[in-house]
Amino acid sequence: MALMKKAKIKSIPYEEFNDNETYEELVAKLNENGVNVVVKSLDDLFDWGRSNSLWPLTFATSCCGIEFMAVCAARYDIARFGFEVTRNSPRHADVILVSGTIVNKMAPVLRRLYDQMADPKYVIAIGGCSISGGPFRKSYHVVRGVDEIIPVDVYVPGCPPRPEAFLYGMMQLQRIVKVENFFGTTNRKQKDPYKEAYKERTEKILATQEEA
Amino acid sequence: MNLVFQTIAPAELHQEMLRLRQEKKMDFLVLLTAEDLGEEGFGVVYQLESTETGEQVNIKSVCPNREQPTLPTVSDIWDIAHIYEREAYDFFGIIFTGHPDMRRIYLREDWVGFPLRKDDKPEEQNPLKMDNAPLSDDTTCYELQPDGTLTSHKNTIFEPEDYVVNMGPQHPSTHGVLHFRVALNGERIKRVDPVLGYIHRGIEKMNESMTYPQMLALTDRMDYLGAMQNRHALCKVIEEAMGVEVSDRVKVIRTIMDELQRIDSHILYFSCLCQDLGATTAFLYGFRDREKVLDIFEETCGGRLILNYNTIGGVMADIHPNFVKRVKEFIPVMRKGLKEYHDIFTGNVIAHNRMEGVGVLSKEQVIKMGCTGGTGRASGWHNDLRKLRPYDAYDRVEFKEITFTEGDSFARYMVRMLEIEESLKIIEQLIDNIPEGNYQEKMKPIIKVPEGTFYAAVEGSRGQFGVFLESKGDKSPYRVHYRSTGLPLVYAMDTACRGNLIADLVTIGGTFDYVVPDIDR
Amino acid sequence: MFDFSVISQWLHTLLLSFLPEWATILVESVIVALVIITLYAVFAIVLIYMERKICGFFQCRLGPNRVGKWGLLQVFADVFKMLQKEIIKMRQTDRFLHDLAPFFVVTASMVTFACLPWNKGGHMIDFNIGIFFILAVSSVSVVGILLAGWGSNSKYPIIGAMRSGAQIISYELSIGLTMLTVICLTGTMQISEIVQQQSELGWNIFRGHLPMVIAFIIYLIAGNAECNRGPFDLPEAESELTAGYHTEYSGMHFGYFYLAEYLNLFISAGIATTVFLGGWAPLHISGLDGFNGVMDAVPGIVWFLGKTFFVVFLLMWERWTLPRLRIDNILTLEWKYLMPISMLNLVLMALLVAYGLYF
Repeated sequence: MALMKKAKIKSIPYEEFNDNETYEELVAKLNENGVNVVVKSLDDLFDWGRSNSLWPLTFATSCCGIEFMAVCAARYDIARFGFEVTRNSPRHADVILVSGTIVNKMAPVLRRLYDQMADPKYVIAIGGCSISGGPFRKSYHVVRGVDEIIPVDVYVPGCPPRPEAFLYGMMQLQRIVKVENFFGTTNRKQKDPYKEAYKERTEKILATQEEA
Repeated sequence: MNLVFQTIAPAELHQEMLRLRQEKKMDFLVLLTAEDLGEEGFGVVYQLESTETGEQVNIKSVCPNREQPTLPTVSDIWDIAHIYEREAYDFFGIIFTGHPDMRRIYLREDWVGFPLRKDDKPEEQNPLKMDNAPLSDDTTCYELQPDGTLTSHKNTIFEPEDYVVNMGPQHPSTHGVLHFRVALNGERIKRVDPVLGYIHRGIEKMNESMTYPQMLALTDRMDYLGAMQNRHALCKVIEEAMGVEVSDRVKVIRTIMDELQRIDSHILYFSCLCQDLGATTAFLYGFRDREKVLDIFEETCGGRLILNYNTIGGVMADIHPNFVKRVKEFIPVMRKGLKEYHDIFTGNVIAHNRMEGVGVLSKEQVIKMGCTGGTGRASGWHNDLRKLRPYDAYDRVEFKEITFTEGDSFARYMVRMLEIEESLKIIEQLIDNIPEGNYQEKMKPIIKVPEGTFYAAVEGSRGQFGVFLESKGDKSPYRVHYRSTGLPLVYAMDTACRGNLIADLVTIGGTFDYVVPDIDR
Repeated sequence: MFDFSVISQWLHTLLLSFLPEWATILVESVIVALVIITLYAVFAIVLIYMERKICGFFQCRLGPNRVGKWGLLQVFADVFKMLQKEIIKMRQTDRFLHDLAPFFVVTASMVTFACLPWNKGGHMIDFNIGIFFILAVSSVSVVGILLAGWGSNSKYPIIGAMRSGAQIISYELSIGLTMLTVICLTGTMQISEIVQQQSELGWNIFRGHLPMVIAFIIYLIAGNAECNRGPFDLPEAESELTAGYHTEYSGMHFGYFYLAEYLNLFISAGIATTVFLGGWAPLHISGLDGFNGVMDAVPGIVWFLGKTFFVVFLLMWERWTLPRLRIDNILTLEWKYLMPISMLNLVLMALLVAYGLYF
């Protein structure tokens, strides 16, 4: 029997989260081969640390960025979760909140920023534009979803999403981080389902580029 | 208003423009944009204004050659034409001869085609490229020889030995994804070269395939701190073109909303400036008060940032029953907040040191560079459209146009802070007498704008926001151009920053108050 | 007042009873080193938590409150994360210098940290040239910062490092002069002696009245500049240089800079406490014997930490209120105002001492 880890997030019961199915799928996948008791408790310790200390990169391209500022400000106060240490240098950051439209010219820059971040790193796509291109989907110069260029962990829809949605998205990310395996898997085998998907997409893009 | 054009042949264009500038004192180039005329070639539209008399002239020049369209530059007459002409080159491929810096401005240097040409297929020619965008250190200048051939020579932007620092696209104080290439000499700035387009979403092109009500949605997302005013401008131009007269109630509501938006924007301006200068606490004080404006918006419009409130012929919904009460509660709170801002930041000796005498622009310079709004007013240019050409309910309220003569960062900062007070006064005068009436005129299900060229502008949070609309009588426009409020400001960065320290670039950028998606469109 | 040297003496004799002298000293050194490192880590955590909470309250926010009760475990979470963040190895950098830089910074602040007098008899390093030693080792950190800027092979860090060099070296002067003013009054450089004097004769800031108050204020300003904190945080000026000299550092290397920043704040405040506010010496008001008795009952370490955290609070208050200065402002402030004033102040102090016009 595989040992299932279920993350507990303060003040939101498990059932009240949306999309528990995807989450459980992810947990099942990560725990496929069972886990070692000692390793797991060490994992838990690190995951607890990581999930409670997700320092965002100050990165905003458009409207959602202003809402992100509002989240950091007095009323919504992202500091309660310990996320207020917004870092300007990608090297120090843990999570990149892609808030705003990513256009073709920006795409390589975003990818570079992502590459510059130190592992473990996470991505949240904020707002319609970064999820799918949003209202600018038909434009000639807009990337239709940042998941074409970098692997995304959590999507927060909205145009722009309300600050509460930001916080909820951050909590969803915390849940994902809390079930990660640090020893043995993520660090050694690189069989992260996200990264696999990311690889596929990159190859696809490269292939289309070569064709062109 | 429907624009009447004086058509000038390309060969005489430069001479005629020079004459207008010198004899008729047309010192302000409001608008320079191009359009695709199909078989006829490309037209370039100039709108000139005299800041002394307020007289306006519209000029059009057509270059018939579609293969290699050329026009003489006017960048030697009006500085701002430098950047406008680069934009026209980027979108339409019109080469302005004599322009010292004919580079693309928004799109990558290796972009194929000119996206706003009607026969261009930008997406097919330009798949997503994941390699780093090339940034060349030199640029091309084209000259038209008497025999009609085009010659070119290279101009250097940065010498190989220059110490060039990239500020942006991801940088905390460029307020979005703006990219400055800054040549430094120690800490002193030798030259600033803005690289734009990191959030160029092709709104103008998208608009050409949208119906008029659909277009409205995108204006909010351009300058998200002037969402109300942007949309107001677009509604205004369509209403004027169609001859729709909105009710008095709508006029007053729009005015109040515009002013609330202005307050919202100016508070954010204050907050971000403080953040840029390192006073983090003041940043949060600003946001604390800004939330109150957003609450008012949210009740009536349903959105916090993107409001989608104005419609063609009215507003989306009537004001919320709590609206008047909330606004009245807000006014004293804001006044108290302003006092607090002055206590914590304006009076601070460090803030004074960092802003006074930094990035001075003279009145001539701001006019030449078309820096409208607070930046222009800080240099003593009376350019407030609410006073010059009152629209909606601005003619029935009393308020001061805040101007300074210093033209430095501190003046620019004070203009905004005092404007909040003026906006509060305007709201105070209107809030008790919102007249009864329809909040939405009855419109046809399919809106068609009669044939013609129209332009309308409002005083946005950071300057004159104008919409240029060319209609062929269809249900979607033929060409739409937005006069960006931020583009002249970004152009002015080079002039204002030269010789200052790198820390001053942050101050100057902060006090200029541009919003990047509005520049890039 | 409890004398901590009783314990250290006891330990010393205990170890001597079964170990040769060299081994005793070795064991003691190891113990002291472990204590320093532990205290260093603990204080870093306390200070980071304190800063985040205080800044939250200044800004009408709550600060961390989800991780543990009142967010008490927040910083521990950060530490766990930081420990296993990837350390990025970059091409085309001077790897050796790049990796060495954080250790310079941390070592400098640790050695300075060890000089603080925690209690009567409770100091780890106590030379007869104590103050001079502190000034000397604390300036090693500038080497670390310059190396960080140089080794990163990146433009922002080098600008940050150059700024830091200019700034720290300038402000050293003021610190040196204010320290001289203190030495002028106390007549000794030994830290334990300075504090002992204060516990007998009253705190220096009261004993030396006017020139001491001036020296204290100058020290606070210059000390704040020394540890690169706002409004003097130009070397890492967030809005200008993204993260300044440590832009290219990731993982624990960045963590060291982060720790050192906070500990330098503490050290700066600790030295101010030691030389101006009496270190572990309790507050005595002559004439009120009952009051003095009560004050004496409070252990010295509480006095020391109490005063130090009070000064830390002052510095945090300053940081969260004032906008950042510009490089030319900073140098003007130092060379045109602080340094001349502290020189005059030194002369004034010397005159007062010569004529015995102090308490």
